[in-house]
Amino acid sequence: MSTLEHWLQRYNAGRDTLPGAGVPWLDALREEAIMRFADEGWPSNRLENWRHTSLTLLEERSFAAAAAPLTAAAVVQGLRRDDDGAAGGHWLVFVDGRHAPALSDIGALPAGAQIRALADVLATRPEWVEGHFGTADDGASPAALNAALAADGAFVRLARGVTLEAPLHLVFIGGVREDASLVRNLVIAEANAEATIVEHYVGAEPAAAGSAASAGALSNAVTRIAAGHDARITHLKLQEEGRNTVHLAAIDAVQARGSVFASHSLSFGAQLARNDIATRFEGEGCEALLNGLFHVDGRRHVDHHTRIDHAQPRGTSREFYRGVLDGAGRGVFAGRILVAPGAVRTDAMQRADNLLLSAQAEADARPELEIYADDVKCAHGATVGQIDEDSLFYLRTRGLDETHARNLLTYAFAAEVLARIGLAPLKRRAQAAIRARLPGGELMEAL
Amino acid sequence: MLDICNLHASVDGKPILRGLDLHVGTGEVHAIMGPNGSGKSTLAQVLAGRDSFTVEDGSVSWDGVDLLAMPTEERARAGLFLAFQYPVEIPGVSNAYFLKAAVNAVRRHRGEPEYDAMDFLKRVKAEMKAVGMSEEFLYRSVNEGFSGGEKKRNEVLQMALLEPRLAILDETDSGLDIDALRTVADGVNRLRSPERSMIVITHYQRLLDYIVPDQVHVLSRGRIARSGGRELAQELEARGYGWIEDLQGAQAARGAAS
Repeated sequence: MSTLEHWLQRYNAGRDTLPGAGVPWLDALREEAIMRFADEGWPSNRLENWRHTSLTLLEERSFAAAAAPLTAAAVVQGLRRDDDGAAGGHWLVFVDGRHAPALSDIGALPAGAQIRALADVLATRPEWVEGHFGTADDGASPAALNAALAADGAFVRLARGVTLEAPLHLVFIGGVREDASLVRNLVIAEANAEATIVEHYVGAEPAAAGSAASAGALSNAVTRIAAGHDARITHLKLQEEGRNTVHLAAIDAVQARGSVFASHSLSFGAQLARNDIATRFEGEGCEALLNGLFHVDGRRHVDHHTRIDHAQPRGTSREFYRGVLDGAGRGVFAGRILVAPGAVRTDAMQRADNLLLSAQAEADARPELEIYADDVKCAHGATVGQIDEDSLFYLRTRGLDETHARNLLTYAFAAEVLARIGLAPLKRRAQAAIRARLPGGELMEAL
Repeated sequence: MLDICNLHASVDGKPILRGLDLHVGTGEVHAIMGPNGSGKSTLAQVLAGRDSFTVEDGSVSWDGVDLLAMPTEERARAGLFLAFQYPVEIPGVSNAYFLKAAVNAVRRHRGEPEYDAMDFLKRVKAEMKAVGMSEEFLYRSVNEGFSGGEKKRNEVLQMALLEPRLAILDETDSGLDIDALRTVADGVNRLRSPERSMIVITHYQRLLDYIVPDQVHVLSRGRIARSGGRELAQELEARGYGWIEDLQGAQAARGAAS
C-alpha cells in the first residue's frame, strides 16, 4: 500500500472527529486540502522547488512511533531548566501533535493576550480562526496534508499594543505513541503588539545505532504569522527531531506597514528536514530578518526554501543562512527575493555560506532575485567552502593543536549566526544545541 | 640558539629562499631587512611551520632540535612566536577565548598549571594596559574590525602573554603611524631579555630607531647578502636596496666567471 492511501484513510476515518468538524468553511477547506494532496502526492524533484529534495521516497516509507519514546515530561523539564530558570515564560506543549495540558504552563498573560490550543478554539470559537487558518492552496502538498489533518497547534492572539514580555515556548514532542504529528500554529499580532515565539521540535533517537533507516515519525508543521502594523514578532525554531524523523514545515508570515519580523531557523536534527519560510510585505517600511543555521551529518538532509516578497516600498530584508555539513550530509538553500513593481527603495541583502567538513558532504546554495522595481538595493552572495587555511595556521602558531583549531573555527562559523538571536537565554540554548552536535563542542563552552 | 643553514624553500615550485644562512644567539636581537620579494616573510612563515611552503634543502636547528620536523603548534608551545604581518581575523571567536586557549596550551606544555578565568583575566588586563589596548578588545572577535594598529598591538599582547624564547616579528611596523609604532616598539622592548631571542623583519630602518638590533642582515634574492651592525640599516636607508642587489649581481657574475 502506498502511504498516500494511508493518509487518505486516516483522513476519512478521522475527519468527523477533527476539532471544528461540522464547521462548514473548515470542512470544505479540509476536503479541498486532502483532495489536493491526493492529487499531487508527495512533491517530486520534477518540481523546481523540490529539485534537490524529492519526497517520493515517502510514498514507500512507513512511519512509526519511536521504539524508545521520549518521556515528554522529562523533555519539558529539561527545556524549562535550560531556558528560563525561575523566570517563567509561557509554555504550550504538544505530544504527537496534541496539546498536553498537564505539561503546559501558560503562566500569567497581560490583558489582550490569548494563548490557547488551536483544537479548543476550533471547537468553541471557530470564527476567531476563519480567515487566519490558511487555504488548501498554500505552499506545497505537505502543507495541504497539514491543512486537512492538523488537529491542533498553538493559537496566539495579541491585541493592539500588547507586549508579551517573556517568550512563548511551543514544544512539539513527536513519535511518542503515534507515527505522525501534524500541527498548525496561528499567530495573530495586532498593531504594535510584540512577542517572541520559540518552537522546539524534539524527537527520540532511533533505539539502536544503525537503525536510522528504519521507520521514524513524520513531523509536519505549519506556522502562520500575521504581523499588524508596527508589530514586532521574533520567531525562533529549534529543530532537534530524531535522526529518523522526516520533518516538513512551513512558516508563512504577512507583514503590515512598519512591522518587524525576525525568523531564526536552527535545523539540527531529522533524517530529512524541509523548511519553507516566507514573508510578504503588505505595507510600506517593513523589516524582515531571516537567519538560519543547519547541521547535517551521516546521510541526513536539510533543505531551506525562503521567500521574501517585497510587495510594498521601503522594505528592508536581511537574510543570513549558514550550513555545517559533515559525513555524507546534504544541505540545500534556495532564497527567493521578489521586488514587486513599485516597491521602490527596497533594501534587500542575502548571504548563504556553507562549510564542508568532509569530502562526501554536499551543499547547494541558490539565490533567486526577481526585481521589477527601480531604485532598489539588492545584494546576494553564496559560498561553499572548507575551513580557512590562514585561520587554521594562525591558531596553530598560538599553540592550539590542529583538531582544536578546526573545531573552534567550525563552531565559530556556526556561532556567528546565533549571535543575531537577541534574547540571551535563547542564544545560550541554541549555542548549547549546536555544541552538542559539533566535534569538540564541549571545549567551546567559554567562547 | 637558532642555526639556519643553507635553507632553500619554494612555493608552488617557485624558489624563494635560496641558500639562506643565519645564526641567532640567545638573547640577541637580529634585524632582517630587504626589498619586497626578497623572501623576508617566507622566512618567517617557514620558521613558524606554514605548510604551503616547501623546504627543498637545508636545516634549521633550534637549541639542537630539528625545528623543521616539528608541527606548527609544537613550535609555538616550545616557545617560538610569530607576530604576523597581516594578523588573521577570526569572526565568532572572542579574543578572550583565543588568548586563554593559547596561553594555556603553552603553559600545559611547560608543565605549568593552566590559568583559570580569574587568573587569566588579571594577567591579560595588566598586559593589555601595557600595550595600550582597552579591555573591550577582550570581548570582540579576534582581530575582526580592528584597525591596523590595533591588530599589531594584539600581536604584541599575544607575544607578552606567551613569553616566547624566540620571537619573530614580521613587518610589525607596516601600516603604523608614529604613535602606534612607539607603543608597539615599547611593548617589544619590554620583552627583551637575556633568555629571549628576536628576529625583527622590516622594510624600513625606522623601526630600528626604536628596537635597536644587535645585528642587521640584508636579505636579497633569498639569501643574506650582507650582515653588519646597526649602521648597516642606516646605510640602507641612505642608499636604498639597489646597491645590495647590484653587489649581489656582480658577485654572482664573478662566481659564474670563475
